[in-house]
Amino acid sequence: MKKLSARRRHPLAAVVVLLLALAATGGLYAAFAPADKAQADETAQSLAIDEGKKLYAVGCSSCHGTGGQGTSDGPSLVGVGAAAVDFQVGTGRMPLQQQGAQAPKKKVIYTQAQIDQLAAYVASLGAGPSVPTDKQVDPKGADIAKGGELFRTNCAQCHNFTGEGGALTHGKYAPSLEGVSKKHIYEAMQTGPQNMPSFPDTTMPEKNKKDIIAYLDAVNSEKTESPGGLKLGGLGPVSEGLFAWIFGLGALIAVAVWVAARTAKAKKS
Amino acid sequence: MSTETTSATTAADHRKKAPAGERVADWADGRLGIYSLAKANMRKIFPDHWSFMLGEICLYSFIIIILTGVYLTLFFHPSMNEVEYHGSYVPLQGQLMSEAFNSTMHISFDVRGGLLIRQIHHWAALIFLAGMFVHMMRVFFTGAFRKPREVNWLFGFLLFVLGMFTGFTGYSLPDDLLSGTGVRFMQGAILSVPIVGTYLSMFLFGGEFPGGDFVARFYSVHILLLPGIMLGLVVAHLILVFYHKHTQFAGPGKTNKNVVGMPLLPVYMAKAGGFFFLVFGVIAAIAAVASINPIWALGPYRPDQVSTGAQPDWYMGFAEGLIRVMPGWEINLWGHTLVLGVFIPLVIFPLVLAAIAVYPFIESWVTGDKREHHILDRPRNAPTRTAFGVAWVTAYMIMLVGGGNDLWATHFHLSINAITWFVRIFFFVGPVIAFIVTKRICLGLQRRDRDKVLHGRESGIIKRLPHGEFVEVHEPLDQEQLHTLTAHEQYKPLEIGPSVDENGVQRKVKGSQKLRAKLSKNMYGEDSQIPKPTAEEYKEITSGHGHH
Amino acid sequence: MSSQETPEENLPSEQESAHGAVAVAKTGEHADPFADPGLPPHEHRVQDIDEKAARRSERTVALLFTVSMLSTIGFIASFVAFPVDKSVYLWPIGHISALNFALGMTLGLALFCIGAGAVHWARTLMSDVEVADERHPIEAEPEVKAKVLADFAQGAKESQLGRRKLIRNTMFGALSLVPLSGVVLLRDLGPLPEDKLRHTLWAKGKLLVNMNTNEPLRPSDVAVGSLTFAKPEGLEEHDHDFQTQIAKAALMIVRLQPDDIKDKRELAWSHEGIVAYSKICTHVGCPISLYEQQTHHVLCPCHQSTFDLSDGARVIFGPAGHALPQLRIGVNDEGYLEALGDFEEPVGPAFWERG
Repeated sequence: MKKLSARRRHPLAAVVVLLLALAATGGLYAAFAPADKAQADETAQSLAIDEGKKLYAVGCSSCHGTGGQGTSDGPSLVGVGAAAVDFQVGTGRMPLQQQGAQAPKKKVIYTQAQIDQLAAYVASLGAGPSVPTDKQVDPKGADIAKGGELFRTNCAQCHNFTGEGGALTHGKYAPSLEGVSKKHIYEAMQTGPQNMPSFPDTTMPEKNKKDIIAYLDAVNSEKTESPGGLKLGGLGPVSEGLFAWIFGLGALIAVAVWVAARTAKAKKS
Repeated sequence: MSTETTSATTAADHRKKAPAGERVADWADGRLGIYSLAKANMRKIFPDHWSFMLGEICLYSFIIIILTGVYLTLFFHPSMNEVEYHGSYVPLQGQLMSEAFNSTMHISFDVRGGLLIRQIHHWAALIFLAGMFVHMMRVFFTGAFRKPREVNWLFGFLLFVLGMFTGFTGYSLPDDLLSGTGVRFMQGAILSVPIVGTYLSMFLFGGEFPGGDFVARFYSVHILLLPGIMLGLVVAHLILVFYHKHTQFAGPGKTNKNVVGMPLLPVYMAKAGGFFFLVFGVIAAIAAVASINPIWALGPYRPDQVSTGAQPDWYMGFAEGLIRVMPGWEINLWGHTLVLGVFIPLVIFPLVLAAIAVYPFIESWVTGDKREHHILDRPRNAPTRTAFGVAWVTAYMIMLVGGGNDLWATHFHLSINAITWFVRIFFFVGPVIAFIVTKRICLGLQRRDRDKVLHGRESGIIKRLPHGEFVEVHEPLDQEQLHTLTAHEQYKPLEIGPSVDENGVQRKVKGSQKLRAKLSKNMYGEDSQIPKPTAEEYKEITSGHGHH
Repeated sequence: MSSQETPEENLPSEQESAHGAVAVAKTGEHADPFADPGLPPHEHRVQDIDEKAARRSERTVALLFTVSMLSTIGFIASFVAFPVDKSVYLWPIGHISALNFALGMTLGLALFCIGAGAVHWARTLMSDVEVADERHPIEAEPEVKAKVLADFAQGAKESQLGRRKLIRNTMFGALSLVPLSGVVLLRDLGPLPEDKLRHTLWAKGKLLVNMNTNEPLRPSDVAVGSLTFAKPEGLEEHDHDFQTQIAKAALMIVRLQPDDIKDKRELAWSHEGIVAYSKICTHVGCPISLYEQQTHHVLCPCHQSTFDLSDGARVIFGPAGHALPQLRIGVNDEGYLEALGDFEEPVGPAFWERG
């Protein structure tokens, strides 16, 4: 600072300031002037990458390395694509709070705009799956029944019949799919987060993914019907058995106690 | 007013001929002998206790299962022909499925009330088995299985085992993805049987798994063979209950030679008859509010598909636990494979069940008691038996935990491997701990009973003695309570006697007798029961005045 | 185990006197303080002495029966009124079938009220005087036993069964042989096992068809970390034996970095790191497929057998007894993945003849 203030009065200072001001104005003009669209996008993209890089340096680089090359604490992010970032950060799994069996879903700490910037940066490190468009994840017109069949072949083994989740080895688990957005489901299939295998378009085309999303939308959403009554968690015989014991037999024993109990006697006067 | 008129008409009728009801009864008596039957049974006495109604829960849920089951057969197609689904449940439309699954979908979505009856049938089945389990434990812990009821104990045990298999075959009928996985597991278990496994499997499934036969075969087993045997056993069980007359707890006026309670007509006719409707009503309400086995969410069976959380209904959960926690032992010798990892659980399963079934015979052998017992034991007064029962239940429950290890893992954030190891260890350790702890608790309760008899009940009133000491006033028990608390019997441990008789000749003692004496000492020795207070002790304490 | 061997002193001695029919409570110094005082006197309920209370009970019972009648009418009305596919939202149960709920609740209430009415009637209005009924020993009197034994002996003698051994032996022979017919009849329940469990549809040159798309797979389709299921070319869902064939032929395909493959045979049978394993668990046959792409472990959802796909699919946890069978694969001239033969060992659960 001292140096700068000392040279403030240098004869060339005015020239430098003028040049800087010109450069800044020109730069700003270049950024904001109505240029042709592709060019603008490209620029926005590079800006986003820059912003993303900053966010990355603060929030991610300690585990994934300063250039996304990975460290012993976190895998390389080169080639994972924007979809992976959008999923991991968009569901709150990243940044990780602590090392454990697996990163749990938690509160999202970045805004969607920031997530997009991060995604743009990571995508720039190496080509990978991009974030799906709204059209790609729209279940309209998809074959729900086919989606069910695909789900039972590819997904139910870990996530349960209707996506209620299940256990994996050593404390890992396949999470419940209840309330997970269509985009995140698509991204999970596309990228295979953590220990989940991926289901790339080459083996599970976009149409199949849509079918699966449509099926999940039909069987595991807020408006899903459970004609028989309480779903009991959708977990099958274990919760049914507990319910039968506690509420079924419990209620019947309570009734039996009433049936067998002595009727109150009149007080002796 | 109206009563007078009725009695007047009855009297008038009497003059002419007997009332219609009596005439019908006369007709029946002439052919069936109903009067003699009614004489013995119409005013049969049943004691009142809620735990005596557990068996009724089972009986009534069994009847409900039969009624609803008959209804379901009207719509169910026990066939494995592949058809395409075109019913009203959208997420399955166009899917290939067996006719069994298709017709179950039809019952659930297109037959009015079909879903309700299906759910009543299934909930009643779960409650039936749970009821039998609890009923069996009630009989066990109160010693109601003792002479003359050993045979009825076995009948009841058989009903429980048959109920498990009837339930399993029924669970398999809809041919959904969950039950199909269960059948696959059963087939894998059958394959593990040495020498004949593959033959049994081929014969049961009409060829390779799954083939096209098992639903039809399970159907006749589920609706005819097993329920037929069970119905016979239930009738026999009930006849024996009537014949033996019900047991009762000790109490004033209740002896080993009487039964105190209310008569069948009218009180138990109304209570037991009413209880049937109560049970049916509760189960119907449960079927209205809670879904069970939603096969539409599970999908049709395909041997290459599966879902996590694949469990059987609760009564098979114990077997599921055994199979899950068993280490994968396999022995290959001389071109043959002994699949111990599957076959050992397959053998342990009946052995564990048999352990509880044969206990009554072991106990009666140890005691050598040939008398009839109609007064129930309080569990604390038979500490070894109670401890054994609790140990057995512990082993059973630990295996249930093992059978649901994946859900325990996800819902309590545990490692499935850790749970499996816990179950492996605690299947052996748990019952031992449970045995020791239960026995201690029983002895503690016996001591408390003894104190209560000798020193009276703690009244909660604190009194200050003249020299300043504070004491709690104990109220003596009345005679009814004194009798109730001292009515139980206490066996003395069996003595083999000296190994040399009076003349100095070596007496041969059989190994079985030595074992018996050892067991007897464990069951009735000093460490296994607190001597109940004697009249002398009581008099000595009550005659000495004041507190010490 | 005869009772003669049992020293009787271990039986509770005073049992009979303690449980005598009616222990007379003696008075004075020698009275047994623990003697059975006999049945306590009957105490009246409110309903026994107060007619108003009894009327209230009567009305309650009648009300319960009336509610039951109304519920049954409600049941019929619901049956007619609610379409079978009508769904309603009912807090806190959720979106449920209106018909199922209405039918179940009305039926439940109709039944419950009958029961509750009957029990309330029994509890409050029917006599609650406890009655003692005598028990009689189950064992027959000695005279009866003697008579039965004599009758039996006479019957046996008259039949001459003991004397005419030839009749007895042939009869037992006939009776023990005749059930064999029933056993023989069971023979056609199914075919003999022969080598059926040893073969699957896989054979040299059969393409690996993607379960999702029904198209043959190319190596480039299978990415590292992905999971794909395949069936043999030519097997279609509509085939009559699809279920039985897929139960053995279902295949699980993953791609590993060739460097990660520890087992030499696995590497040799793979193609560019693509390995194909049987999807059927070697424990009891569940379709195993919980693939953890980072650890390369695959877990069975039924009984938690865990296999290491990077090491010849050997068992690392759980009840399975041997590794998953691997299918040898290669690429045909057109660039599609193909099988290079059938599995070399039986797929699925182990059995006696497996060896």
